[in-house]
Amino acid sequence: MATKVFMEALSPTMEEGRLVKWNKNEGDAVKSGDVLAEVETDKAVMELVARGDGVLRKQLVAEGTTAPVGSLVGVIGTEGEDISALLGVSQPALATTSPGVTRHSEPTTPPAPAPTNTGSSKSSPLARRLARDSGLDLAAMAGSGPGGRIIKRDIEAAMASGGASAVTSVIGHRSSVIADFTDQPLTLIRKTIARRLAESIGPIPTFYLTAEFDMTRAVDMRASMLEEGEEFRVSVNDVILKATATALASHPEVNAHWLGDKIRFFNRVHLGMAVATEDGLIVPVIFDADQKGLRDLAAESKALAKKARARKLKPEEYTGSTFSVSNLGMMQIEQFTAIINPPECGILAIGALEDKPVVVDGELSVRKRLRVTMSCDHRVIDGAIGARFLQDLRRMIENPLMLVF
Amino acid sequence: MANFDIIFLGGGPAGYVGAIRASQLGQTVAVIEREGLGGTCVLWGCIPAKALLESSHIANRLKHAAEFGVRVGNITLDYGVAMKRSREVSTKNSRGVEFLFKKNKVTWIKGTGVLGAGKSVKVTTADGKSEMHTATKALVIGTGSRVRGLPQAGLELNKTTVISSDEALVLEKAPTSLAIVGAGAVGCEFADVFSAFGTKVTLIEVMPRILPLEDEDASAEVARAFKKRGIEVLAAAKLSGTKVGKDRVTMTIEVGGERKELVADMVLVATGRAANVENIGLKDVGVQLDDRGFIKVGDTLETTAKGIYAIGDVAGPPMLAHKGEREGIVVAEIIAGAHYHPINYGNIPNCTYCYPEVASIGLTEAQCKEKKLDYKVGKFPFSANGRARTSGETEGFVKIIRDAKYGEILGAHIVGPHATELIHELLVARQNEFTVEEIDLAIHAHPTLSEAIGEAVLDSMGKMIHA
Repeated sequence: MATKVFMEALSPTMEEGRLVKWNKNEGDAVKSGDVLAEVETDKAVMELVARGDGVLRKQLVAEGTTAPVGSLVGVIGTEGEDISALLGVSQPALATTSPGVTRHSEPTTPPAPAPTNTGSSKSSPLARRLARDSGLDLAAMAGSGPGGRIIKRDIEAAMASGGASAVTSVIGHRSSVIADFTDQPLTLIRKTIARRLAESIGPIPTFYLTAEFDMTRAVDMRASMLEEGEEFRVSVNDVILKATATALASHPEVNAHWLGDKIRFFNRVHLGMAVATEDGLIVPVIFDADQKGLRDLAAESKALAKKARARKLKPEEYTGSTFSVSNLGMMQIEQFTAIINPPECGILAIGALEDKPVVVDGELSVRKRLRVTMSCDHRVIDGAIGARFLQDLRRMIENPLMLVF
Repeated sequence: MANFDIIFLGGGPAGYVGAIRASQLGQTVAVIEREGLGGTCVLWGCIPAKALLESSHIANRLKHAAEFGVRVGNITLDYGVAMKRSREVSTKNSRGVEFLFKKNKVTWIKGTGVLGAGKSVKVTTADGKSEMHTATKALVIGTGSRVRGLPQAGLELNKTTVISSDEALVLEKAPTSLAIVGAGAVGCEFADVFSAFGTKVTLIEVMPRILPLEDEDASAEVARAFKKRGIEVLAAAKLSGTKVGKDRVTMTIEVGGERKELVADMVLVATGRAANVENIGLKDVGVQLDDRGFIKVGDTLETTAKGIYAIGDVAGPPMLAHKGEREGIVVAEIIAGAHYHPINYGNIPNCTYCYPEVASIGLTEAQCKEKKLDYKVGKFPFSANGRARTSGETEGFVKIIRDAKYGEILGAHIVGPHATELIHELLVARQNEFTVEEIDLAIHAHPTLSEAIGEAVLDSMGKMIHA
């Protein structure tokens, strides 16, 4: 029985792949799991693996050629087996249904307990009747019934929750929450904010908060650590990543995903760090960054950046971030705004470390200063909420001993 | 010694259904069961009792055969034959579960299991041998419940003059007189059965009415039908003295301000069942009980011990086979990491299979009042239903309680022929949050008993056609 080899979706966003190199020639024996070919996706060069045993009978795509996901690129069969039927027929199967394809659409989340409602809203007659009276817009709601159907309890939940109080309750429960995240169905006020601001500025209504942090103590800390030896070397960026992760852990209201019909507040911090490569930008993820010490974090960020530049990142290494940081300080950019990486709701843009004259205690002195700009998705983060996060971040960074606390 | 992904302790409706579902989900599964597969439901409850009720239904119907132009000769009743048929049906059903196990590759370990450390179970087989088995993913306790007496009223089960449903199901002949203590579903069903087989039945209930958990209208309808058939119904009755003899029981009953002496060949105690939580090592593995003696479980049916789950009767009321079955399915899906829907405990039907049958979902009218809900009632009697008239079974009604504003079905109560089947239309409607309007819009076939549901719905909206 012959096995078809398809171009598989090797990254969550991949639509086509370029076959860089065949590792097996026609006539080579292959076993399930053998690497048949290297395929360049939109993000990295990945391995295309055999899904059956036998002989690679046919290569249908030449090296260097691009093939859409789901298309037939080869055939594995037994020697002498008639595979002509397979070659003639175009196959309808999409890569999403081909066996063994690992998808990483949501690596940070367990299997969803209930599918979310997409597109036109399904709802129970009772829910429709209740919604009619309460003025709720079913189209903008998430359903918790079978197949995402909106049912009575969804309407009751929507009516019971008020905008600000809902966010507070998430924070309030944080210590006792075991789940990785908390889904918050959209409240009326949240929905109105989302709709009106998106109309005004584009699909993600972004606003920016800029703050200048005093880095003198952080720089001193870094220097005194380095005095202890080369193994204690960390970069200023590492300190910023650590402080950001720590601050995010107590601010789930900015550590969130906008999911269209609900907001997912994460109780874990998976920090994306933007890395410039020759091919373009990629954002590898430091998972559970708030749980990691400065040394581990520094080592991991270094390793991830290296892998990113070598285009060796696996999809699970660049998906699943809950918040991101972009740093152009090393290129002497004083201040900039970064673009939110959806469905995340915030990103920090880190500028250059500069010596600046600052008035401290009524005296003019030269201090190390750093400008940070946070881009916020206003559908999720209101100005004051973003500002409160930056306040905490400032405390961490300006007094880095707080990170030990 | 063998390893399985999941081990179910108990092969009743909760355990055996859960085991099959788990196997379907690719788990290796074993069920430890000392008796036959199917549990109380198949062996000592639902199935054999319903087989006996079919006998009593035929007996009752035949009394009216002449009205239908069918003249039968002398009717003789033989409880022993009915009992043997009921046992055969029960055995057949149990064999059916064995077949399902083979089909689904579920291993039946015959024996008595005791939980040990590390999700292990020590099984003592019928021939006294001892083996150890270990669950790698989860242990599921579904040990069910058992009959119990009423020692506080002097009615310790002695299996001769003070019996439970277990003994009633295997009596060789119907007693001349029988007192049934407890008029819930079990008490009412046996009252129906024995009265049809010529026993003088007295049904005693401490609560103000029989079927105390059902809507008051349902209780009244069944009480009326029972009295018509010669069953003595004593509600709000207190047992103040009991003398258990060798071949009879004498009881003193206080009812309606009077003291009454009742002598019966036997007393059937039907006042509830006890959860089987003893001698299975629960304490040693950290499984805690709640204050009513059931195993404490959370939303995912997990007990206080990690990786140990409980389902069915042992995990708390309602003690119904279909509640256990659903818990079995859901626990299998949870353990296997499959997608699952949480159990809607608010929409589990209650069914009593005496004649007339009683079936209900949701709230009773009294409960609606107590909750101060704004509700409307629609009611339609089977005496006005064409199909019921053709079969001459016109007792009972359909009663629907709906929310006054939105038409949500708050509760539904059916008394009458095939009530336990009819309720499912309303069950599905309520599960999917259809309101009374959607039920009305669905065209009901004529002539059917189901039309009574359509009419009750119309009545709740103030526009009934046929009464």
